[in-house]
Amino acid sequence: MIEVEGLTKYYGGKRAIHDLNFRIEKGEVVGFLGLNGAGKTTTLRILACLILPSSGSVRIDGLEAGESAHEIRKLLGFLPDTPPLYDEMAVGDYLRFVAELKDVAPRDVSRRVGEALELCGLTEVRLDPISTLSHGYRQRAGIAQAIVHKPSLLILDEPTSGLDPVQIGEMRELIRRLAGDHTILLSSHILTEISQTCDRLLVIHEGLITADGTEEAIRKRVASAGSDEGIIEVELEATGSGDPGPAAKAQCEKVTGVLAARIVRSEGRRISLEIEAIGDQRAALARTLVESGHGLLRLDRRSLALESIFQRLVHPAPPPGGPISA
Amino acid sequence: MKPVWLIYRREMGAYLRSPLGYIVIAVVLLIDGLLFNAFALGSDTARKSSEVLKQFFYFSSGTTMVASLFLSMRLLAEERSQGTLNLLFGSPVRDYQIVLGKYLSALTFLGGLTLLTMYMPALILVHGKITFGQIAAGYLGLLLLGSAGLAIGIFGSALTKSQLVAIIISAAILVGLILSWLLALITDRPINELFTWLSIHNKHFQPFMTGLINTQDVVFYGSLTYFFLFLATRVLEARRWSD
Repeated sequence: MIEVEGLTKYYGGKRAIHDLNFRIEKGEVVGFLGLNGAGKTTTLRILACLILPSSGSVRIDGLEAGESAHEIRKLLGFLPDTPPLYDEMAVGDYLRFVAELKDVAPRDVSRRVGEALELCGLTEVRLDPISTLSHGYRQRAGIAQAIVHKPSLLILDEPTSGLDPVQIGEMRELIRRLAGDHTILLSSHILTEISQTCDRLLVIHEGLITADGTEEAIRKRVASAGSDEGIIEVELEATGSGDPGPAAKAQCEKVTGVLAARIVRSEGRRISLEIEAIGDQRAALARTLVESGHGLLRLDRRSLALESIFQRLVHPAPPPGGPISA
Repeated sequence: MKPVWLIYRREMGAYLRSPLGYIVIAVVLLIDGLLFNAFALGSDTARKSSEVLKQFFYFSSGTTMVASLFLSMRLLAEERSQGTLNLLFGSPVRDYQIVLGKYLSALTFLGGLTLLTMYMPALILVHGKITFGQIAAGYLGLLLLGSAGLAIGIFGSALTKSQLVAIIISAAILVGLILSWLLALITDRPINELFTWLSIHNKHFQPFMTGLINTQDVVFYGSLTYFFLFLATRVLEARRWSD
């Protein structure tokens, strides 16, 4: 559906994106992940045929963006970071205007507008002026304008921006419902949004793609790149008198491979610790804690959270032994 | 041409739903009415009806030019500031269709506003002796002058996100064209001929006030309108790829 090769964009002398290469297949829901200013919006605006790249090529459904922008615009729906809404228009009239502008056949306009209103939960406000809508409804109206002409490709720039948790949940549900009929590319800097909604992630940082794949594949790639870092949860029962927490923490920190240990809960004689460690250090930790006289109740290792993976991708950790010096 | 019609229809709706359109109508009618009462009717000396009508068109040309700038300042600047230009740019619509749709809507609104002043020539017609030809020529002149003002306004509006900056740029261009006859007085041939030709009011509007329709004046206003609409389209194209 989308083929991007060597995409680069400069604003004056400032490089916004550099040599981006990726493909998105028909029907995929892809999350475009990056910090603010990473180049997400620039990339999406190029894909939406709103701006030209400085170099590189974009093909959408086999059409070259530079030459066939007019035809491509009929195939795609785009929600910019600020929904393009005319405040003085009623919601229904606005969607009708967009449908006609996007070249929907006159006999289909009413049906398409009705479907978009229903899908986005806007039917009850269809007669209201857009200026009176809440932020959540404005965002929904923005999505409705992007889908009213049934585009095969949907590009959503930060669709959950500024929404409250309930609205984010509703928006997530809406995107899931749209996923069956559309290829979707959505951007966000909220990682949980991306992981819960998308089949695949594209991580962009300082204008470069730093990872491309499923959440699991990226997690494995980060691990194989030398950042086999995980969290080990330990639950202990004190056997002696006094507060066993600080002693247990100190014992854990002596184990090779342990980066840090912290007490997360202390209830009576029971203590819970979280230990950051490189590699699987469960056996060494169990041995150390038992030998030092603690009652070991539980010991689990879990992988890095998506947030941590993202941190590794945008701020790679120095190699073991500290940064290389000249 | 369907996109032109769609944009035209939406812009007409925007004029009718927003206070700006009504404020411009009210202010133009008020000022025209006051000037008509004070200068055209209020004089003690006996004058020909055609002179009174000529004076009406003279001050109406001023309010028409100002109204054209106020009606056009928002057309593209507001789209950019509110982010709605993304919708037009992301749709299968050519840049000239965006400019043309907006220009035609503003011209229709300005035309309607100009027609609302018809009661003043009608009063002269009832109480004096004037020809329909002079009325028709005068209104054609107002429409052509307003058309050029709107094109200049749309060009200013394409240059910036700020409506205030847009109207300042457009007003500077319009004032330059109005005062170019002054430059013609202090320059030598052939430069002074150019300044005389560019004089949007003295050279090209005043014949319409007396009932004269010169082809060269019609061509001048048509060319000026086309030139500034063309420039606005090019600015829009440049913005599309540089933003």
